[in-house]
Formats: sequence, structure tokens, C-alpha cells
Amino acid sequence: MGRLITKANNPIVLYVSGGNTQIIAYSRQRYRIFGETIDIAVGNCLDRFARILKLSNDPSPGYNIEQAAKKGKKYLRLPYCVKGMDVNFSGILSYMEDKMEDLLKEYTPEDLCYSLQETVFAMLIEITERAMAHCGSDEVLLVGGVGCNERLQKMMGIMCAERGSKLYATDERFCIDNGVMIAHAGMLAYKSGTRMDFKDTTITQRYRTDDVLVTWRDD
Amino acid sequence: MEELKMLKQGAEAKLFTCNYLGKPTLIKERFVKTYRHPDLDSSITTERIKNEARCISRCKSAGIKTPNLYLVDFDRSRIYMEYFTNSITVKDFIINVVKKHASDNFSQLNVLAKIIGETVRKMHINDIIHGDLTSSNMLLIPKVGILDNDSTWLNIANLDLVMIDFGLSFIDGSTEDKGVDLYVLERAITSTHNDFPDLFNKILEAYKSYSKDNLKEIISQLEDVQARGRKRTMVG
Repeated sequence: MGRLITKANNPIVLYVSGGNTQIIAYSRQRYRIFGETIDIAVGNCLDRFARILKLSNDPSPGYNIEQAAKKGKKYLRLPYCVKGMDVNFSGILSYMEDKMEDLLKEYTPEDLCYSLQETVFAMLIEITERAMAHCGSDEVLLVGGVGCNERLQKMMGIMCAERGSKLYATDERFCIDNGVMIAHAGMLAYKSGTRMDFKDTTITQRYRTDDVLVTWRDD
Repeated sequence: MEELKMLKQGAEAKLFTCNYLGKPTLIKERFVKTYRHPDLDSSITTERIKNEARCISRCKSAGIKTPNLYLVDFDRSRIYMEYFTNSITVKDFIINVVKKHASDNFSQLNVLAKIIGETVRKMHINDIIHGDLTSSNMLLIPKVGILDNDSTWLNIANLDLVMIDFGLSFIDGSTEDKGVDLYVLERAITSTHNDFPDLFNKILEAYKSYSKDNLKEIISQLEDVQARGRKRTMVG
């Protein structure tokens, strides 16, 4: 889907949403997961942080953090947890939970939103860059709900420019519309010869990225 | 001395080669990442240089082969270390052995897996967490006295394992970090060498049989992290 919209050829994919945080690259008929969160998803981290700060859920906690972060000025050093191509976020959350009262004496909520974004996005960019170096790829595709965040897109853009690589992103019409993605994957599978009676079809919500055999690519 | 040749630009450092005090030397110079906040950037850089130097010298005293450390220069974010002019990454070794050596692939890889498993175990016994265990961060060099010809590079018996790139390493006694370290290795091995699904298990077997100290806790941490990854619902 992302390749169709953006015309990217064989990108490293950073998939960031409320439920998932994965670095994905294609190899031998599967989209393989090179790195991912080993505890909670980045979107989940943002949502829970918004709850600690009592930010509004309207239109979404992540959006409100993004807007507040634009007004943040003072940077607070937070736990930075990268292990190879994996990341974890729960340490940052518990740090914030434990110290919130004291922190708010020195920092505004906007400062904390800013610091959180700067920290977790830097972690994501770092593992993306490491995956690019590891796989020798010069394309990045940013997908998932958190992929709509403009600061994340900007940081990713800077990293790509410095490497001489290209960043592809889809806009929110495609970033979050799972129906279109499933339909498109189904069409690709159909075109490559998969056949099934409608009455035999089922739903698996927990399909992992690397469970799917990719029959529609021959590279 | 300062005649630098750019060898490679990695994800976070430039590698140069030069001659330092008469020895072939690799300079690893971390560069500023402009995408991240300057405070975050400088604290990450300083911390990693310190940890890298610390872990290399700790490996040395534990009898694990790494490049020799020559100099640490914080002002220029540089580490000077031994440069192996003759080496191959474990990643390339596996690929080459598979390509050119079809008959005894498996025994070669078994021996290699045993060496890797035991080396990682030795690091963990000494509380060294590598942080980025991949087949690209392990080198093979000819053993002392072995002549360098084409067949040298296809036979593990001729080669010594050298651990490199301690850029994400740190010292920690906790079983959790050791479990995660193994998990990082598993992910790297299974995604890079997906034509050998058994390779990581072989490494883990060697890891387990080398020493029993704290083993149960580490393995249960590994299984814990594996489960967190594999059972994660793919919704949203």
C-alpha cells in the first residue's frame, strides 16, 4: 500500500501507532521485523503520558501532545532506551509518573511534551538509521498513526537528508485507514494467484507483520 | 601520523584508518546528529564513548578478543583502536560458506555457533552487555601463524572471533539486560540469516552449556522478552 502511494521501491518501514512500533524490511517473500518495541508501543506511551498530564482526548492525545510540544522550550533529559534495533518506552513513563509533581515545579506541561517527543522520536530515528545501515537501504517509509506527527516527519527528513536517502510518507488518509490497506493486500494476493471462497475467509486481528507470506513480490 | 583515510560512514560514526604510532589504526569519530536536541546529542555521544572504551578494556581482561584501544579523545568525539587489515565479518563468512562450500556447511556453522555462544556467555559472566549483537559486529581474523590464502577464509578452524562495535555497550549485572542482549542477537540472526533457522538455537545451546551461573534467570528473561514481542497484538 505504502509502496503504491509513494512509489518507494524497497524501503525500510517505520511503523508507529498506538499498538505497534516496528522497523520492517522486505526479504525473501516476507516483511521481516528488524526491530520493535520490547514493551509498549510509542503511541501507547504518548497516550499514557497525556493521561498523566491530564491532557484532553479530543481529537486525540497524541495530537494534543504534538501541539503542546510546539510551545515547549526547556529540554529535560529523559531515559533513552535503545537496544540494538529495539526500543523500550515504559522506563520513560515510570520516570515521568514518579517525578511528575516535582517536574511540574520546574517545567511547564509544554516543556515536558516537547522533551518527551524529542526523546522518543530520537530513539525511533536512531533505530531506523541503524536498520538502513544494516540493510544497505536508502529509502524510508513512515507509516502508522504516529507517522502523522510533523515533528517526527521533520526529524526523519533531516536524518534522511544527511544520509542522502529519501523519505516517503503517506498522509493521514492512508496512514490510518486499515480497511484500504487490507483490501489492497487482498487484491495483491488475488492477482498473484491466491483464491478462496468467501465463506472460508476469517479474521485474525493478531496477524504479525512477518506471518504473512508475500506472494506478490518476486525480488 | 594524521593521514586519515575515510573507510566507512556508519549510522552514527565515521570510520577512518590511519597509522598511529606505527600501527594500523581505526578511528571512530561520532558525529553530531542534527535531528536530535543538542543536549541529548552531546550526552548520548559522551556516554557512549565512555561505555565503549570501558567495555573494550573489560573484554580484554576477560580474555575476549576485541580491537586494542589506543586513545580516547572526547574533544573530537574519537576513539582510536586497532585496525584489522585482514578480516571478514561473521555475516559475510556465513554467506560465503553457504555459497562456496556446500558439503560441510553445517559443521562449519556449528563450530561458529559454538564460538559465538561461548564468547557472548563470557561477556555476560563479566557483566558486559554488548547492546548491538549482530553478525556484522563480529569479525573473524586468521589465527596467529595461519597463512592467508583463499581457503583460509572458508574454514572456521583457521579463524579467531573478534567482537567489535561496542558503541551501545554498557556494564550491568542484571539478568534482564543479558536476556535482552540475547534477544537482540536472536532478532539480528534470524532476520539476516533467515536461510538458517537453527543458527540462533545452536548459539544459545553453546551459551547455556558454557556456564550455569545465573543461567535460569537469564533464559527466563529472554523468554519473557520473546513472549512480549511475539504475543503482542497487532491491532491499531
